Amino acid sequence: MKNPLKVLASLTAVASLALSLSGCGGGSPQATSDTITYWASDQGNSLDDTAAKLKPSLDRFTEKTGVKVNLEVISWTDLYNRILTAVTSGDGPDVLNIGNTWAVTLQETGAFEPVEGKLLEAVGGEDRFLKTSWSTGGAEGKTPTSVPLYGLAYNMYYNTKLFKEAGIEKAPVTWQEFVETAKKLTKDTNGDGKPDQWGFTAAGASVSANSHQAFVRGLQNGGTLFDKDGKPTFDSGPQVEGVKQFIDLMATDKVMSPSDAEISQGSQKIDNLINGQAAMLFDQSPVKNFEARGFTDWGVAPIPMMSAGATGDLGTQSHVAGINLSIFKNSKNKENAIKLAGFLTSDEEQVSLNKAYRSLPVVSGASSDPAFQTEEVKAKNDALANHALPMPLIAKEGQMETLTGTAIKNLFAKAATGTVSEDDIKAALKDANNQMAAAQ
Amino acid sequence: MIETRNFRILRNVVLTILSLWVAIPLYVVVSTSLKPLKDVAGLFQWIPREITASPYLDIWTTVPLAKYFQNSLIITVCATLCSVTVAVLAAYAIARLQFKGKRAFSLTVLSTQMFPGILFLLPLYLIFTQIRNLTGLQLQGSYLGLIITYMTFTLPFAIWMLSGYFASIPKELEEASMIDGTGRMGALIRVILPVAKPGIIAVAVYSFISAWGEVLFASVLTNETTKTLSLGLKAYASESDVFWNQLMAASVVVSLPVLIGFILVQKHLVAGLSSGAVK
Amino acid sequence: MSHSALDSSPAAAGSQPAIDPAPGETADKGQPSRKPRRSFLPYGLILPAAILEILIHIGPMLLGIWIAFISLTQLNLTNWLNAPFVGLQNFVNGLNPESTIGQAFFSTVGRTLGYTILVVGFSWILGMAGAVFLSSNFKGRAILRTFFLIPYALPAYVGTIAWAFMFNQRDGAVNQILVDTFHLFGDERPFWLLGQNSFGAMIVVNIWQLWPFAFLMLMAALQNVPTDVYEAAAIDGATLWQQFRTITLPMVRPANGVLLMVMSLWTFNQFNVPFVLFGASSPKEATLVSPLIYQNSFGSWNFGLGGAMSVLLLIALFIASVFYIRMVLPKGADND
Repeated sequence: MKNPLKVLASLTAVASLALSLSGCGGGSPQATSDTITYWASDQGNSLDDTAAKLKPSLDRFTEKTGVKVNLEVISWTDLYNRILTAVTSGDGPDVLNIGNTWAVTLQETGAFEPVEGKLLEAVGGEDRFLKTSWSTGGAEGKTPTSVPLYGLAYNMYYNTKLFKEAGIEKAPVTWQEFVETAKKLTKDTNGDGKPDQWGFTAAGASVSANSHQAFVRGLQNGGTLFDKDGKPTFDSGPQVEGVKQFIDLMATDKVMSPSDAEISQGSQKIDNLINGQAAMLFDQSPVKNFEARGFTDWGVAPIPMMSAGATGDLGTQSHVAGINLSIFKNSKNKENAIKLAGFLTSDEEQVSLNKAYRSLPVVSGASSDPAFQTEEVKAKNDALANHALPMPLIAKEGQMETLTGTAIKNLFAKAATGTVSEDDIKAALKDANNQMAAAQ
Repeated sequence: MIETRNFRILRNVVLTILSLWVAIPLYVVVSTSLKPLKDVAGLFQWIPREITASPYLDIWTTVPLAKYFQNSLIITVCATLCSVTVAVLAAYAIARLQFKGKRAFSLTVLSTQMFPGILFLLPLYLIFTQIRNLTGLQLQGSYLGLIITYMTFTLPFAIWMLSGYFASIPKELEEASMIDGTGRMGALIRVILPVAKPGIIAVAVYSFISAWGEVLFASVLTNETTKTLSLGLKAYASESDVFWNQLMAASVVVSLPVLIGFILVQKHLVAGLSSGAVK
Repeated sequence: MSHSALDSSPAAAGSQPAIDPAPGETADKGQPSRKPRRSFLPYGLILPAAILEILIHIGPMLLGIWIAFISLTQLNLTNWLNAPFVGLQNFVNGLNPESTIGQAFFSTVGRTLGYTILVVGFSWILGMAGAVFLSSNFKGRAILRTFFLIPYALPAYVGTIAWAFMFNQRDGAVNQILVDTFHLFGDERPFWLLGQNSFGAMIVVNIWQLWPFAFLMLMAALQNVPTDVYEAAAIDGATLWQQFRTITLPMVRPANGVLLMVMSLWTFNQFNVPFVLFGASSPKEATLVSPLIYQNSFGSWNFGLGGAMSVLLLIALFIASVFYIRMVLPKGADND
C-alpha cells in the first residue's frame, strides 16, 4: 500500500475488469439451438442426488436427439419464487417442474404452453395418463398447461418392530382403530413417567403437509374447503371436525409428541419412525429415506378412513400429489422443449425415473413394470388411482395452503404448550376463512 | 474508567458473561460439525462421543461448494472494491466540496435505508428485466447483477461513514498538496487516502460482511452457475433430508474467510471508526 | 457533517467550521483558473454513486410505490407494465382496521415496534458494557475484542441456524442447559420456537447478531476519552456509576445518534432472522412486518397489497426519521 494512486487505480482496474468479465462470461450460458434449459424440482435425498439420478435419462435424451440439456435442480424453498421471477421477466427455462398444486395459478399467468397440438401429440395424448394425475394439469374446463411427470400419494407407514412389540398384527383401517392403535403404541420405555415412544408422528410445523390433512380430513367427514360457488368454507362443521381429529392426536389423544409441533421438514418425522420414537406416520415417499438409513422394519397401509370401505369423497385418503412438467411459452427452443416433455413421459423413462425417485409412474403403460409391483408401490398406486382427489383447482391454491396449513401449525403449537378447545379450532379456521374470502 | 477493585470485579463478571454468550452458539456449531450424523440426531451432547472429520470432506460433494465459494469470492470482492471506490469519491465531494443539490443527495441516500428490503426484491428484478430488454445486458443470473446490487446496498452507510471520516482530516494537509500543483484528485489520492486508510478498511469490512452473508436477493438473482455460498448452505437442509453436521461444517468453512480477514484488519477497523463516523 | 454544511452558502465550505475558516475560498482566489473545473468536479465525483442509487435503490423504490396503486397478480405478471391502476384499492383492502388482514397488519406493526425497541435497547446495553470494560487495559483484551465481533462477522444465516438448532425443544442445547442441568421450569421442556416464547427467542437471536455492531461503534467512540478525565473525576470522589454517567455517556452521545437510528431501521425491517427460524410463516406471536409483507406479496402473488403496506411503513419511518434527525442528533454530528 505504498502508493495510494497505484493502489486505487489497480483496484478500480481489477473491479472493472471483473465487472466486464462477469457481464459477458459469468452469466447464464447462452442458449444455443441445440441446448435447452431444464429446471428440475428436488426429488432425491439432496439436490446433488436428484441431479445424479436424472442424468442417465438426460444423457439418453441427448444421445437420441442431439439436444443438450442444461439442468438446474432447484430446492422446494426456492422453486416458487424462481418461477415467479421467470414468469415476470419472461426469461425462464425452456422446460420446468412444478408442484402440481400450483398448476392453476401458473396457468393463469399465461406464461406456459397449453397442452394441445404438438405438445399433446408428443406426450402421446391424455389417455396414456392416470386420470387423477392428468386432472391436476390446470383448471377444470380449460386446456391444461402442465402434464404429469411423477405421481405421489399419501400412505401410512409404520415401524413393524414396534407393532410386534405391542402385539399389533394388523394395521388400523378406520380412524377410530387408528387412534386406538396409536394409544397402544404410545408408552414410556425408560420408566421416567413420561412417554418417549409415540403412536404417531407428523411435521406439525409444515404448512403444506398440514393443508393436505385439512383437505383429506375435511372430505372424509363430508366437508369441503370450498363450496360449489367457490366460496371458502374452512370453518364449516365437517371441516372443523376433520381438523379437530388431526389436532386431537396431540391435544387430547396424546399419541403424538408435543415436540412434533416444531418439526417443519418431512424428513425429521421419518427419522422419528426410524429411531423407534414413533410408530406411524403419513407420508408420500419416505422409502428413499428408509433406504438411505438402511432401515428395513417398515410396513405400509392405506391412510385410515372414517369407515372401512368408504368410497367417493368420503373415501379420500390423499390429494393427487405429484410433480408436473410445463413448457415456457417464451422458450426460443420450443420444438426441442416439446421433445423433452415427450421423452420424460415416455414409458421407458417413466419406469427409470420413478424407480430412481421412489415415485409413481403417471402413465399406465409404465405401471406394469416389475419395479412397481411391490406392496408399497401397489398401495400407493391404489391410493392415487382410487382414493385421491386433486387439491382445489383454483388460482389462489397457494394462499389456501398457507392459510389452512398455518392455522393448523398454530393449533399444534397451542396444543404443545397448553390446551386446544373446539372453539380454538373454530376460531382459527374462521380467521383463515375470512382472510381467504378477502383475498379472492 | 479508573481501575478500582470494584471495577475489576465488575469487569471480570461482565466480560465472562459476554464471552459465554458469544461462545456457546459458536461451540455448538463447531462441535456439531465434528460429529457423525447419528450422534447429531438425539439430545445435544456437549462432549462429542465420537469425533470425525468426514463432514468436512462430505460437504464438497453433497453440494458443489467449491463452485459456490468461487462465485461468492468474485461477487463479494468486486462488490466491496467497487463500493469502496464509489463511496470514497462521493464521500469526498460531500465532505469537501460545495455544490447545489448536496443536501438533496445526502438525504436521498439516507432515505433508502428506510424502505423494507423485502419490497425491493420484485421491483429490482423488474428493472433488471427492462435493462436486459433495452440493452441486452444480462443482470439476472450474472455476477454483474449481484455485484451492483450489493455495492449499492452498502453505499449509503459507506458514504456516511467516509464523509465523516474525511471531514475530520485537517484541510491544511490537502491544501499543501494542492499548492504543490496536484489538483483536487491528486490531493485526494496522495494525501487523503493514505490518512484515511483505517476508515476505508472499516467500510470495506462492512461491505464485505454484508455481501458475503446475503441470502434473499441472491436467491432470485442467481442461477446454478452463479449461486453464492450462503445460499448453498440451505441445500444441506432440504425438505427430504437435513444433514446437520455437514450444514455446521459448511457454516464453519463459509465463515472462515470472513473471520480470518476480520482478524487481519481488526486493528485498523477500530481505529477507522473511532476517528471517523463516530467522532 | 453539520447542518450548515448542507446549505449551499459558501461560508460553510467545511464540515467543521470551528476548525476551518473556509480555506477553500482562499485557495480559489489564488488559482482562479480552477474555477470552472471546480463546479463540475463534485458532480463527477457523486455521479457513480448517484447512478447506482437511482438504478438499484431509488428506481425500485419508486416502482415499489407505484405497485401499491396497481393490481399486480398472477393474471398480469407477464405483462406487468400494463397492470390495471386501482387507485387506493390496495390500501383499503390491506389497511382497513376492520378487516382481518388490516387487523393483522396493525398489530404486527405494534409488535415490530416493541421488537425494535427491545433488540436495539439490549444490543446497545451489551455493546456499551463490552465497550466500557474493553477500553481499559488488561491482558487478553485484543483477543476478547476480536472474539466479541465474531457474531457480526458470521453470515446471518449461519448465526440464525445455529440458534434454531439450539432452541429445538426436544434435543436442543438451550433446554439441555436450562432443564437438564439447572432443572428450571419444573423439568418441563419449554418450546422456544412456538407460541409466545418464539417472540423472545427471535429477540435473543437478533441481539446476538446485532450487539457486536453496537459494541464496535461504541468502543470506537470511547477510545477518544482521555484517561486523565476519569482520574480527575476519581480524585473528586466520583463513583464508577457517576463517572459513567457524567463522562462516558456524554462522550458516546454523538455516536449514539446515528448508531441507534441505523440499528432501529435495520431491526424494524428485519427479515432474515424470522425467515430462517420459522420459515415462510412465522408463529402469530412473532410475526414481524417484513415477513408479513413477504407473505402477502410473494406467498399469494398479490404484490399490490404488500406494496400498500410497505408504502404506509415508508411514510411512517420517514416521518419518524425526520423527527429523530431534527431532535436527537446534535448539530454537527449528523453525517448523513
